Amino acid sequence: MLLKRGAEAELYLDTRYGRKVIVKKRVRKGYRIRELDEEIRSYRTSHEAVMMHKAKECGVPTPVIFLVDLVDKSIVMEYVGDVRLKDVLDSLPEEERRRILVEVGRMIGAMHSNGLIHGDLTTSNIILDEGRIYFIDFGLSEVSEELEKRGVDLHLMRRALESTHHLHSDEYFREVLLGYSEVVGEQETKRVLSKIEEIAKRGRYVSER
Amino acid sequence: MSSSLDARRLKEGYCLGIESTADDFAVGIVSFDGEILANVISAYSPEKGGIHPREAARHHANVAAKVIGEALERAGLKAKELSIVAFAQGPGLGPCLRTGATAARALASYLKIPLVGVNHCIAHIEIGRKVCKVSDPVTLYVSGGNTIVTAFAGDRYRVFGETLDIAIGNCLDTFAREVGLTQRGAVPFGAMIENLAKKGKRFIPLPYTVKGMDLSFSGLLTRATQLFKDGGYRLEDLCFSLQEVAFSMLTEVTERAVAHTEKREVLLTGGVAANRRLQDMLRVMTEERGAEMYVVPKQYALDNGVMIAWTGILRYRYKGALSLSESGIRPKWRVDEVDVPWRRGERSDAS
Repeated sequence: MLLKRGAEAELYLDTRYGRKVIVKKRVRKGYRIRELDEEIRSYRTSHEAVMMHKAKECGVPTPVIFLVDLVDKSIVMEYVGDVRLKDVLDSLPEEERRRILVEVGRMIGAMHSNGLIHGDLTTSNIILDEGRIYFIDFGLSEVSEELEKRGVDLHLMRRALESTHHLHSDEYFREVLLGYSEVVGEQETKRVLSKIEEIAKRGRYVSER
Repeated sequence: MSSSLDARRLKEGYCLGIESTADDFAVGIVSFDGEILANVISAYSPEKGGIHPREAARHHANVAAKVIGEALERAGLKAKELSIVAFAQGPGLGPCLRTGATAARALASYLKIPLVGVNHCIAHIEIGRKVCKVSDPVTLYVSGGNTIVTAFAGDRYRVFGETLDIAIGNCLDTFAREVGLTQRGAVPFGAMIENLAKKGKRFIPLPYTVKGMDLSFSGLLTRATQLFKDGGYRLEDLCFSLQEVAFSMLTEVTERAVAHTEKREVLLTGGVAANRRLQDMLRVMTEERGAEMYVVPKQYALDNGVMIAWTGILRYRYKGALSLSESGIRPKWRVDEVDVPWRRGERSDAS
């Protein structure tokens, strides 16, 4: 059953090995020439599986992977429900929301302190299941020790909060930073924050420069 | 609406819009009921290299009076028949913006009519919506200075993706200059690259950089330039590969915004919108998603005064005039900082 047609992949709910699974299939994009399309889809599929595993090693919950198919460009993984944080965040009781946002920050901190950059941090890419959060969509993630990468990663999170939860984005981001700093420490959080400010001042990110 | 506004002017009036954010000084005149009466552009083209802001500003100052006069003549209006003056307040190059703002302030105060400041990016979207008859699109605005994916959500235009470094038009222009192309006549660098790319046969892998919804073109530019200078690659193949990678990135990010917002329309505007390969990619993408794609016609996709005049009218209706103290330029003005009351009340959630 087709659950969702995302921008680059289709998500199917299926039953295999006697349990519910998600099949994430990266579909061919007709707008890209075949060579580029094949390369991008193969790379992101295998890469995503590797990075999801790496996230687990950092203590960040991600769905269990059962199968990676590079011909079909698909990953068969554990079904952890379909409640995206994006859909419920604004309506959660304040205390629960705060707990979850702090936890999100902690998990991002755990990834970053292990050199893992998620690359697509949004509230659509976090699944909430019985109070537990799972990170998904590691297709754009990478391994890096660069401060710049950590800055861009958190900057994307902030941008995602601004565009999707615009009424409370400042407050939400503060909670995320709280959790982040618990893991990476205040000093490091300050460094990343000033990097974010620098990134935001580049290009056309702000009105004052 | 403030009580000082002349109600008669709102019924039948004319807005003159001044655009001077970058290399063009442009003036457009639009009537309050939306009829486009004049669209005059004077382009500053440097003999060598990119835009020098001060040189461009000097050009703008030199042609301002002439371009305004010509626009009035085309519209068949006398200056005293104008009802409001709008100008692009930002974002853009400081010296260029300042010249346009000065001309607008002078004209408004001489005619004793209201002055309205307009956001350049929003003007691109609004004129696109008007001339393409599109109601609620995801807009991809691609030019020499801007690369932005935006859509209306909540109460304003939100940025769903943008470049983390240089604009796509800047990437293409710089590549063209680096490989020694020279501008002849009115053919832009982008069109030259497009023509060379058509003769490209071999795809050369280049850095494809999409971060979340944001893009980066500087690594792509550096790599493509480096490969050309190293030798062994046909320029046609490099142009082809550069376009394929850059436009695939743009299309991917636009698709993400469409998927995220669940909107049914895509609007393509800006100078790079003229590229057929980019248009084709977006068309295929929107067809695959069951959405519609619209390309803003060139005269309204390039920087122009009509879009400033039209958006000035929209803004004036809800916000009235700018006071002189509010009329300073805003070189880094973001679209998501701008209140768009004329779209208030539309149910459009991007969540």
